[in-house]
Formats: sequence, structure tokens, C-alpha cells
Amino acid sequence: MARLKNVEELKKLRNEAQKDLSVRTQTGTRIIIGMGTCGIAAGAREVMHAVLKELESRKIEAHVETVGCVGMCAQEPLVDIEQAGKSRVRYANITPENVPRLIEEHLIKGQVIQEWAIGRLDARKIQ
Amino acid sequence: MRELSLHILDVLENGVEAGASRVAATIEEDSEADTMRIEIADNGRGIPKEMIDKVTDPFYTTRKTRHVGLGLPLFAAAARRCEGDLVIQSELGKGTRVIATFRASHIDRAPLGDIPSALLAILLSGRPVDIEYSHRVDKEEFRFDSSEIRRELGDIPLTHPKVWSWLLQFLQEGEASLHAEVSEKQRAAVT
Repeated sequence: MARLKNVEELKKLRNEAQKDLSVRTQTGTRIIIGMGTCGIAAGAREVMHAVLKELESRKIEAHVETVGCVGMCAQEPLVDIEQAGKSRVRYANITPENVPRLIEEHLIKGQVIQEWAIGRLDARKIQ
Repeated sequence: MRELSLHILDVLENGVEAGASRVAATIEEDSEADTMRIEIADNGRGIPKEMIDKVTDPFYTTRKTRHVGLGLPLFAAAARRCEGDLVIQSELGKGTRVIATFRASHIDRAPLGDIPSALLAILLSGRPVDIEYSHRVDKEEFRFDSSEIRRELGDIPLTHPKVWSWLLQFLQEGEASLHAEVSEKQRAAVT
């Protein structure tokens, strides 16, 4: 494998990424996906994939993170969305097909999808 | 689980939950011996001796949030129904090693599946952890070490969209080249 080429590519990537990093940390949107045994078995990895692709195609600035089981196994896949200054909303039983609507309504229009949401957590209390 | 890569993701996630700073996954496929061996190791807190026998019992878990722990029992069942086995070695304070073996051609052996996405799910973990990955198919090997990537990237996190997108592509190309090289050799051997 052309290792040297990869190192050069990474350096280029670093320079490109550095330019928009400050903007990104200010926006502070996090999408958190449960990746415990229960989440994995329910299709969380495919949901993660769908979220990443949707963000990429719509050019939305957000950090995607995976976490272990939070104990709500029957409701997996769980997807939490947290935006700076707003409360964190937890969505349950999310499938890859749900992801475009989730991103469109919650992130772009700023509306919580009531029929999928199962809870709201105070953003300041979770770290 | 439909794919072995999902079991791999699950056991890697166990390592993350055990506070590991480094996890390793090694896949070895040997077509002559007709075996597949998957080893997952972490430098997390380890499992006490008296608990090792219990972790493959589905009704045992250390968690307080639920009463079952299905990850390792499911992986063990997947290996044992393919004339293989699952072994767990662990030392308190040092880490845990899980080794699963399979007869590669067994009709019940699930495909490896989407390894790049499984590795990416760990790299995007909220608890930063490095992955050392090696996949050997006979004499061909694809290796990946996320700590080398982190070193090059400096303060840019792996969760940065430009970075994960590059990583996913890099892993997909690596896995694809491995299979391409092997099938090329198989074709050459036949003709």
C-alpha cells in the first residue's frame, strides 16, 4: 500500500479541516447514537451510516458520536440530537429510512418530531 | 446477528466500556486450513477470575440498567455452531482478549460483512479510543492503526466530517484490495 501517499493525503486533510474547525466548534451540534449490543442488533450501525451520509449530502456541520447501552434496549436504535443552547432530544426506534426526515425537521426546520421523540434532557446537565 | 462484523463491533464496544485506551481486532482467514480466527483485545480494566465463566451466560451482566448480557453469548453461539469456539482471557488491570474460531466453509458461518463501518462506529465513540486492525487472508494483509492517523491530524478530531469520510473510504479500499488480490491469485492458480 502506498503509505507515503496516505500521509500526504492526511496532511492535506488536516489543513482543510483546520480552516473550518473554529466554525464547527461554535455550532456544537452533536448526534449521539447508541451502539451497545441492543443497538447493534437493532441496526444502529446502519442508522449511523445513514446519518453520516445525510449530513454529508446536505453539508450540515455536526459531530456524530457513538455511545454504549443506556438501558432502553427495547427502544433501540436510539438517536439523540443536541444543539448548542437547546435541550437534547432522544428519538427511539429509528431506522435508516427515518433519517432524512429526522435531519430535515429537527436540524433544518428546528422542529421536534413528536411521534418519534421519547424524551428531552437538559443539555447542561449531561456531560 | 447477521454479520460477524457486528459481533466484532460489539466486543470492541465492550473494550471501550471497560475504559480501554486501545483496542485491537485481528482477523485471520486461512483457506488451506479452512479456518477463520477473530481476535479482539483491549487494555481495559479486565474481568475478575471468578467472573470469566459467567460472561458467556446470557443471564449474567454487571450492568444495573438491565438484567441480561447477550453480546458474548451470541458471539460464542455463532462460533460454536460452525465447529469453532470462543475463548476469553483476561487479567485484572491489564485487559481482555476474546478469540473466536470458525470453520470458514461451514454453512452457518455468517459473512464478515461491513468491517469499515464497524470500525468507524468505534472511531466515532464518545470516549476516544485507538484501534489497531489487521485482516489477513492467506498471505495478504491489510493493516490500520488509528493512532498513526491521529498523530498526523494533530488537533483535528476523527469525528470531523472530512476525516471520517476519508477514513471510511480508506478502510473500504483496504478491505476491497485484500479481496481483489486474493481472488486474483486464485484465478491465476486455476488457469
